[in-house]
Amino acid sequence: MDYFQIGLVTLEATIRLSVPLIFAALAGLYSERSGVFDIGLEGKMLAAAFAGGASAAVYDSALIGLLIAVIVSVCLALVHAFASITQRGNQIVSGVAINFIALGATVILGQAWFRQGGRTPQLGADSRFQTVTLPFSETLADVPVLGPIYNSLISGHFLLTYFAFAMVPITWWVLYRTRFGLRLRAVGENPGAVDTAGISVTQMRYLGVICCGILCGFAGAYLSMAVAAGFVKGMTAGKGFIALAALIFAKWKPVNVMLACLLFGFLDAGAILMQGKSLPLVGEVPVQFMQALPYILTVVLLAGFIGKAIPPKAGGQPYVKER
Amino acid sequence: MSDLAIELQGIDKSFGAVHANRNINLSVHKGTIHGIIGENGAGKSTLMSILYGFYQADRGNIMVNGNKLIIRDPNVAIASGIGMVHQHFMLVDNFTVLENVMLGAEENAILNRGIVNARAELKRLEDEYALEVDPDAIIEELPVGLQQRVEILKALYRGAEILILDEPTGVLTPAEADHLFRILEQLRDQGKTIILITHKLREIMAITDEVSVMRRGEMVATRNTADTSVEELAELMVGRRVLLRVEKGEANPQGIKLSVEGLTVKDGRGVVMVDNVSLDVRAGEIVGIAGVAGNGQSELLEAITGIRRAESGTILLNGETINASGDADPQDLRKRGLAHVPEDRHHMGLVLSFEENENAILGYHYDENYLNGPMLNLDNIRKSASESVEKYDIRPPDVRLKTANFSGGNQQKIVLAREMERDPTVLIIGQPTRGVDVGAIEFIHKRIIEMRDAGKAVLLVSVELDEIRALSDRILVMFAGRVVGERTPEATEGELGLLMAGVEEEKEAAQ
Repeated sequence: MDYFQIGLVTLEATIRLSVPLIFAALAGLYSERSGVFDIGLEGKMLAAAFAGGASAAVYDSALIGLLIAVIVSVCLALVHAFASITQRGNQIVSGVAINFIALGATVILGQAWFRQGGRTPQLGADSRFQTVTLPFSETLADVPVLGPIYNSLISGHFLLTYFAFAMVPITWWVLYRTRFGLRLRAVGENPGAVDTAGISVTQMRYLGVICCGILCGFAGAYLSMAVAAGFVKGMTAGKGFIALAALIFAKWKPVNVMLACLLFGFLDAGAILMQGKSLPLVGEVPVQFMQALPYILTVVLLAGFIGKAIPPKAGGQPYVKER
Repeated sequence: MSDLAIELQGIDKSFGAVHANRNINLSVHKGTIHGIIGENGAGKSTLMSILYGFYQADRGNIMVNGNKLIIRDPNVAIASGIGMVHQHFMLVDNFTVLENVMLGAEENAILNRGIVNARAELKRLEDEYALEVDPDAIIEELPVGLQQRVEILKALYRGAEILILDEPTGVLTPAEADHLFRILEQLRDQGKTIILITHKLREIMAITDEVSVMRRGEMVATRNTADTSVEELAELMVGRRVLLRVEKGEANPQGIKLSVEGLTVKDGRGVVMVDNVSLDVRAGEIVGIAGVAGNGQSELLEAITGIRRAESGTILLNGETINASGDADPQDLRKRGLAHVPEDRHHMGLVLSFEENENAILGYHYDENYLNGPMLNLDNIRKSASESVEKYDIRPPDVRLKTANFSGGNQQKIVLAREMERDPTVLIIGQPTRGVDVGAIEFIHKRIIEMRDAGKAVLLVSVELDEIRALSDRILVMFAGRVVGERTPEATEGELGLLMAGVEEEKEAAQ
């Protein structure tokens, strides 16, 4: 029973930790499927977290916070789009620039506006997201095994959590069952085919990048307004890069993205659980090792176990009409 | 006027300083196959891209079926019944045939019903025009001939009445090309209008009803195909008389200089691309390797020149072993007298952002003549570059010009000059005249024959069967990584074509 409890707690933490990864990785999926590589997921998420935390504190409303988080993230996405689609700039440089801008601007603006050392004010109950308790979770809590699973694993999360998981099948459906998805996939593979079919490559790519901005906004809002009650400087802590790793790991496929994010979330949860504890045989595992594990795993698995991850063929290349 | 499908009046288009189309007039009659011929860079593709709405003309009118149209983007062209089959297929490789055909012509935002209707319509088109393709096949798994068929179906699906084909036979075997021509004739007989862009005179003569000739951005003539000849068209294309037949004397083969025995090469994915190939090249002869692109010729050349590691087999250069499956080093091979004109000059032959004189010594930069201790001896380098510029008639004769600014033919001459002037014993040449204009082809062919007559062993790979037949003293045909037959240059095109398609393979093996 003790192990069961530990397992439940770990899995619950896994879900909590993988939500921002799922949002961010799906965000990257829309952008990269359209042929625009996005290394700036981290920056957009961070800016959105700050914007959400700050505006929720000022307007005392979680919804306004979320809205502004999304708007700010989309604005940054548009900067990336303008640089890499319209101006045909280097997508990596543009993404890195966005990361740096977000890293610096959030702290400076936070300090200038709130004078709390780069934090935003602590959010009250009304201005942050609350967990939702699903029906019957109290009554069923006593049912052995299934009860606790329903009570603490399935029930009791933020609305954003359910939304993140709902986005997985939605994204799959959009990608493979709609006209938008067909064109989005095509423009990332062979923009020439899209152009000659009379569809605007620029427009499709902008749409992909905007979808990316919206989802990054949700990821940021989740961090500063759901799991935490306010923005703390650098609170994304590399999650945007882990999401990128998950995206590659998942070969740019939505369901795989969810599984990869859950795996990375699980490793993160494990790292927290293992802190200060020692394992039989190996002794104490350094936290740093557990934190590095997702990256090591990505490299090792990509190197040989899951086969080559082939990115969208036209990814990273600005589209120029051939003469 | 109503029997004109397309009428272009005074079309003019510049890209920066390049005047791609100059005051072009063109009339294409309904229900005919109209050829447009010209050298590379004559402006054929630009003109058709304007017609398809890919670019906008600076000046001039476009009339389609007698109505003046402003074709702002491909949508307008598609709506007025113009379809285009591009030289490089505009297909999404990892999509199915059906998805490619639907792309851009989906009925609704949600695909459900659209897919069902598209499948039915595609089936109907396939039946009507006898163009069978499996709608659920993935494009990259289809042979190029079928991929092209998908491109044609794509255009027909969008209701094309006027079909533009840009260099459609470049990637096809002779048999596939014949099949394509039959399809085009059938489409014409069913009332479609077809515009065929090509630089191959033979195709024009074989299939078109009328032909228009372009030269340096201008439309120089339009003829009824029945009233013209290959010679006249060639002269119109180039602007002077051209020798189409390569003049060459008897070969005088001496000892074996290059010997390949049981060579097997795999590509990056581990697929066997060269399968147990053996061949000899003697001094003073040209051995041509014919085959459709992608049948292992590239990998064979790369293995011989030390660029790609072989799985097994031996290669002898001047009787000495090359460690092909080990550490054969292109530089070492070059020192031992192996010169290599790579198939793709842009990726392997030249650094386009370098000056001409820098490219003229690439790979030979260790030569003491070019060095001053650890420094480059720029004076010597430029002097020797100037000499070969003169000898090979490279234009413009400016050794400081960036290589990207030379035309295809002149770039190829830079590579040829570099490799031929080093007095090699074995010369390996891949696609000597790909993307090269007719005038330069004549020059390059002459140079290759001269190398042979000077006693060099020449191994020639080309996908242009005419070129192989004109230059080679012996012809080897490659199919699926194997040498499936050897013929003399007197072999007919049909015979070689069958070998290239792998049809004769079993018969060969039995012998």
